[in-house]
Amino acid sequence: MSAILVIAEHRRGVLRPVTLELVTAALAVREELRARVEIAIIGGGADALTPALSLEGVDELLLVPTPIDAFQPECHAAAGEALIAARRPRLVLIPHSVDGISYAPAIAATGGHGYASDVSALRCEGADIVATRSAYREKARVELDFPGRQTVVITVRPGSFLPATRAGGGMPVTTLAVPGVPLNSEHCGFIEPEPEADVDVSAAEFLVAVGRGIGEQAMTGEVAQLAGRMGATLACSRPIVDAGWLPKSRQIGQSGRTATNCRLYLALGISGAVQHLAGMKHVETVIAVNRDPDAAIFSVARFGLVADVAELVAELRALFP
Amino acid sequence: MRILVGVKQVLNLDEEFEMRGDGLDVDQDYCDRALNEWDDYALEEALRIRERGGGDIEVVAATVGGEEATAELRKCLAKGADRGVRVWDDCLRDCDGMMVAHVLAAIVRREDPALVLTGVQGADHGQAQTGVAVAALLGWPWAAVVRALEFSADAGEAIARRELEGGLEECIRIRCPAVLTIQVGINTPRYASLRGVTQAAGRPVDTPAFERLGIDAAAIASARASRVRRMYVPQKPRPRMIEGSVREQAAELAALIRDIRGDRR
Ligand SMILES: Cc1cc2nc3c(=O)[nH]c(=O)nc-3n(C[C@H](O)[C@H](O)[C@H](O)COP(=O)(O)OP(=O)(O)OC[C@H]3O[C@@H](n4cnc5c(N)ncnc54)[C@H](O)[C@@H]3O)c2cc1C
Ligand SMILES: Nc1ncnc2c1ncn2[C@@H]1O[C@H](COP(=O)(O)O)[C@@H](O)[C@H]1O
Repeated sequence: MSAILVIAEHRRGVLRPVTLELVTAALAVREELRARVEIAIIGGGADALTPALSLEGVDELLLVPTPIDAFQPECHAAAGEALIAARRPRLVLIPHSVDGISYAPAIAATGGHGYASDVSALRCEGADIVATRSAYREKARVELDFPGRQTVVITVRPGSFLPATRAGGGMPVTTLAVPGVPLNSEHCGFIEPEPEADVDVSAAEFLVAVGRGIGEQAMTGEVAQLAGRMGATLACSRPIVDAGWLPKSRQIGQSGRTATNCRLYLALGISGAVQHLAGMKHVETVIAVNRDPDAAIFSVARFGLVADVAELVAELRALFP
Repeated sequence: MRILVGVKQVLNLDEEFEMRGDGLDVDQDYCDRALNEWDDYALEEALRIRERGGGDIEVVAATVGGEEATAELRKCLAKGADRGVRVWDDCLRDCDGMMVAHVLAAIVRREDPALVLTGVQGADHGQAQTGVAVAALLGWPWAAVVRALEFSADAGEAIARRELEGGLEECIRIRCPAVLTIQVGINTPRYASLRGVTQAAGRPVDTPAFERLGIDAAAIASARASRVRRMYVPQKPRPRMIEGSVREQAAELAALIRDIRGDRR
């Protein structure tokens, strides 16, 4: 019987929820692959994480102790390679997260495995694994297969599968020793995000968010004023922060804040990159304004306007005096 | 000492793009081409290291791409890269990212830099795999998603900050030579000056063939890690579109916002 290997993600002793989404992905194809589902926890503190991963359908938990507790890419890659050598899995699932993209390509390159990143859907056709991912800034989609590859390594896009929730139990917990590798980089500590300086966008119910489509810095001031008159809080996408137009505390997305309490999100000139959507796609009502009718943001919006942001904002100012 | 920056020409689809006849990719006639946004930051970081470090640092921009990708190397030269390298072979038509990584690794072996910088990802497909794969193929240390960097040639190491989820960052120390994937926002990329553009015309772009890199088409082809079965335009949920002149759109939007907000009160 072959195996599907899920590599759990954890940071500072806490399981990252995306791991549970990978379990769902594994369970969805395990019958067709006639495979066992094994979850590996690489690194220190693994014992504490086993209860959360004792899920229905999981056949075995593999603890892989490493010399250091913090994530270290060479160490994670070596452990992944050792796991593949020991278990010969057909499929290896790793989150498409910052840490995931830091070691998954190394495993695939070193082992000569099949590889696809940022995959949002998986299926089997006969003995083939077929992975779906986006292309051209989400405007197209592509299906990939992996001819001639015994093992296929896949990084899974967060949010693509519902988290596995049904508790299981009684599966064996095996500790696997992996050979040490020389480590050429060392973790020197975390740096916490700056505390909310001016505003807490994750608390706001109504956000007006600006993206690169606003064109120029002066527009941030204009939209800020408009947002104020509308009773909304100003937020933004990453390029606006990178350009120094607004502080980091206003950024929505994977590396910024999540619009946890937002019910209405007006997106002005934002394309809808997956890392931005990560912070707002669950919002109840998204209204998107973009001059590109194919912009990805429209696929998460309830209402859409194909328009020039500057012109629209000028009109709105008169309507919110 | 040398710093190599991997740069990618990315394709942006026009509004009326079409699929290629074989259904495996878009028709490239419907695209415009640009330097990958992330690579602009990686190049800038290399140029800054050179400027801080004094005289004997050479910045090389390298791309795996056809003739049309020369334009992106010229942009890099115009901003201040000393030299360009472009590698192409017919076996790379419809190549996957792993094949690109193998070719880029071969370029790095030949150039023998003290540091390789790539972008975190290509803006077109967001694969986010090349830099880390290249490092693994070279057997070099690496770090991904770097948003602050202090490189010390003398110490043979770098101190870097990796950007994690939710604004959290991690500080690391890494031995060099290493491959670092650079995140947007690490610096503010410069524009090419007019003088730079003129000077760039005189700077060399080397196009070594596979033999000169010590690789062959068969080996690169066998590095393929995935194959495209088909590419298609997905049926996406469409929002209700608010049409009309901008004035009409604004009026309807304002009413809609008041309506949604009003319901909550
Ligand atoms: C690890 C990682 C983490 C990231 N984290 C985040 C994050 O937390 N948050 C985030 O936002 N991004 C994040 N990104 C970046 C993300 O990939 C995108 O680059 C970014 O979201 C793009 O921002 P944008 O939509 O404003 O710009 P663009 O993608 O450039 O889009 C601009 C849009 O404006 C439209 N437009 C242009 N002009 C006009 C006009 N006059 N009128 C109307 N529309 C116009 C265009 O059609 C386009 O759709 C991250 C990336 C990585 C790799
Ligand atoms: N064809 C290429 N030639 C040179 N560098 C590339 C190429 N493709 C990708 N890269 C580098 O790898 C980074 C990540 O791209 P990707 O892995 O394709 O998302 C880019 O920002 C480039 O620095």
